[in-house]
Parts: sequence; structure tokens; C-alpha cells
Amino acid sequence: MTAAATDLKTTPLHALHLELGARMVPFAGYSMPVQYPAGLMAEHRHTRTAAGLFDVSHMGQLRLTGADAAAAFETLIPVDVIGLAVGKQRYGLLLNPEGGILDDLMFFKESDESLFVIVNGACKDADIAHITAHIGQRCTVQPLPERALLALQGPQAAAALARLAPGIEQLVFMTGGNYSIAGTDCFVTRSGYTGEDGFEISVPAREAEALARALLAQPEIAPIGLGARNSLRLEAGLCLYGNDLDTTTTPSEAGLNWAIQKVRRTGGARAGGFPGAETVLAQIDDPTLLTRKRVGLIATERVPVREPAVLENMDGQPIGQVSSGLLSPMLNQPIAMAYVGPDYAAPGSQLFAMVRGKPVPMQVSAMPFIPARYFRG
Amino acid sequence: MTVKYSRDHEWVDISNHEAATVGITLHAQDALGDVVFVDLPEVGATFAQGEVAGVVESVKAAADVYMPVSGEVVEVNEALRADPSLANTDPLGTGWFFRVRASDMTQFDALMDEPGYAEFAKGA
Repeated sequence: MTAAATDLKTTPLHALHLELGARMVPFAGYSMPVQYPAGLMAEHRHTRTAAGLFDVSHMGQLRLTGADAAAAFETLIPVDVIGLAVGKQRYGLLLNPEGGILDDLMFFKESDESLFVIVNGACKDADIAHITAHIGQRCTVQPLPERALLALQGPQAAAALARLAPGIEQLVFMTGGNYSIAGTDCFVTRSGYTGEDGFEISVPAREAEALARALLAQPEIAPIGLGARNSLRLEAGLCLYGNDLDTTTTPSEAGLNWAIQKVRRTGGARAGGFPGAETVLAQIDDPTLLTRKRVGLIATERVPVREPAVLENMDGQPIGQVSSGLLSPMLNQPIAMAYVGPDYAAPGSQLFAMVRGKPVPMQVSAMPFIPARYFRG
Repeated sequence: MTVKYSRDHEWVDISNHEAATVGITLHAQDALGDVVFVDLPEVGATFAQGEVAGVVESVKAAADVYMPVSGEVVEVNEALRADPSLANTDPLGTGWFFRVRASDMTQFDALMDEPGYAEFAKGA
């Protein structure tokens, strides 16, 4: 499209995306498929009713190894790493000294001496530098750029994948292991970012295309672009780094206290000891310290409300801002995430989003907007 | 030739002599993806060429619709307001946006013809 497109990196599935007719856009420094010919709405619905295959190879994969890896990683994130059982996965947050979020991530305990970590594509270089600088002397930080990452999401994902990898359906949400899928050795977790049951599959780059073709040959599975990934994750109430989370957002403001286990909180056996602990734990202990909170919003009028729309109260005073917003393909109503003052954060609160100078009435809503369907066994 | 095209990816059809019909091109709707909302101008409003006269939104983006020729809006497509997907399924027909009584036909004459627009859209 533009000259800059030639500067973009490509994933191992680039040729396949072009063959499938994808519209490619720059994303996190990569040329990525935003949608295929079926279009965002059809792709979104397909993922909610059957199964969608996403190329998320732009994300960063790394491994932390050594006897001290778990303890070392705990010094960077406010999460229980040491206590996580082998074979299980957990959500984590890299924090800065102010308690702001550098990135959100998933980590998996491969053994007592090995963690497999997945971070956001746009943040991965900075994350790896940050992790290496702080704990590189306590464990080995090994980036895995030779691996691709596929996400298979949707209510029929397990049935389709089990045809290629019998037994894989026995995994439950946030667990994983090594599996042979259609003859390819993969590392698989039962997780994802759509609110649906599904899997994330790490595969050697050179075998990614063959694996993707084997998956797409299943009748339930269609290729899905980043456009639908965004609308799916928003319906699921999941934060997008760069929109809903950034270095100025603390876990409490973002509504992510659930990600901080008791053992790391005030009074816990391994309380604190991570960047920003003083701020983060103080906000958990005393929620009145918060000046803003992340909320879900839903509108009754069918006018899309996008970031960074300003939110006003009944008196026309600004009280917050939308961080992500779109028309929900499943609800057919505008949904959004926003940061608002604590006085306006209770479900049912009425406020107005300013769209092209006109107020669109919205109501604070519980999230997720669409119930999650994770497979917990 | 009764249909011409703007650099902002609108088409203008003057086959109805009372008022020119305006819509977005096949290329524009393809670039936008699934259209979920249109904001149409008010009947009676007057716009200069190039002014924003409406908004078309897909799930992933919002785009302004520019007035391709100066004039007064005399009709808007209520069917499109009710079913924005018409902009995708029939952009050159039932998915039209509004009708405008053009005040300066030399502006229409200066718009691109179909081969010219096809070449322009290829590079866009």
C-alpha cells in the first residue's frame, strides 16, 4: 500500500494470509491481516459460533530458565509465580516503579526451573530488555523468535483440534502441555483472548504454515483477522494494551486486582517486592485512593462510540474518557471501556459520550458484555 | 456521462436533473469493511465542496463523507440510515447517501470519470 509497508516485518504465515485474500495492515511493526474476505462481522460471529484461527505470531515468546527463575520473575510482577503449579498458566503484569503497567502477559510453568512467557508484540523488545536488565543475572532470559503463535478460539475449537491431536480436549482453561498436532510438535495452552473456549498454539516457524493449513482444513475453522480479535476481546471485557492499559495505569485503576494473589498483597507471605508495590498495595488496601476506574459502558442508541471520546455527566462536566469502543457485533449496541471518576463507576450510572459534539447516553455496565465460555472441566 | 467520482471516494450521479445523487464508491466501502452506522446531513443544509456532510462508520473505523459539489441537501436516504449495510451490498444503488441541488456544475465537470477514478483508487 504505502512505502512504509516495506519496512514491516512479516510472520511465517504472511504468504498464507495473502493467498487467503487478507487485507494486511501495519500492526506492532508487522504486516498483519486485519480481515479476510468474509469481513469483520462474519469473522466475529464465526468465532462465537464455530471456531476461528488467528495468527498472533507478532506477539513475543520467551523462556525464563534456572532454579531461581520463578523467584526472580516475582520481583517484576505482582503475581504469585512461585506458588503456581507446574502445567498451569497465569495472567501477569510488568510494572514500573510508579505501579504503572509496562505490559500485560501470560506465563506458564513448564517445570520448577522453566517459565514460558507470552508478551504483547508492540512491547516485546522493551519487555525483553527490561526483564534481562533486572533478572538476567538470576536466570536465563531466552527470546524465542523462531516460534510462531496461533490462537484457535470458539465453541467448536476443542472438537476440531482433538481430531488432529486426540486427547488435547482433556486440557482445561489455563493449563497446557506439549502435543503433536497433525504431526507437528507444538506447545499448547487452553486459553486465548476472545472470551471463548480455545487454545494458543506455539509452533516452530518453519512448520507454522503446514499447521495452519491442517487447521483450516477442518470444517469448523475459518481464518480470523485482527479486526474481529479486537471486537471479540472488547465484548469479553478484556483489556488491550495501549488502549485500556498503559504506563500511567495502575492495576487497581484497571480493575485488575484479581490478578494479584493474596500471597503478594499486604499481610501475605510474600507481600510486595515488585516495582510500584507501595502504590499498588495501598490502592488495594484503600480503594478511596483511586481517582479513576475502568468501567464498561453500553449505549441504547446505535451510534458507535470510539476512543478517545470524552465522557460527561448530566451537568455537562467532563468525568472521563473512552479507552476502547465499538458497535458490539453480538449485541448490536455500542459498547466501550472507559476510565471514569469513582463517583461514576457503579453499574447503572448514567453518563454521556460526546460523539461529534453530540451527547450519546450510556450506562455503566458490568463486564464481560458477552458471558465467557472458558472450559473449566 | 452522468456519473463522476471525487478524490474523497464519493460518486455523484446527475442523471436526475433535479438533484445530484451522492454515495460512496465500491472502493471506499471495501476499504471501510462492514458499515454499521451512517450519519446523514439534514435536509435543507447547505455545504461547500469539500465540507464534511456526513460520517460512515464500520466496526473498525469512522470516515467522513465530503460534499463532492457545493449545494443544498434536498433528500437523504432514510433506508440507508435504517440499514447501513446497504452501503456495502449496493453502494452505487440503494446504498446512496443524499441528494444535493448543485450550485456550480463546473465542479461536477472537473470530477474524475470512471477510468480516471479507477486509476486513482488503485494508487490510493
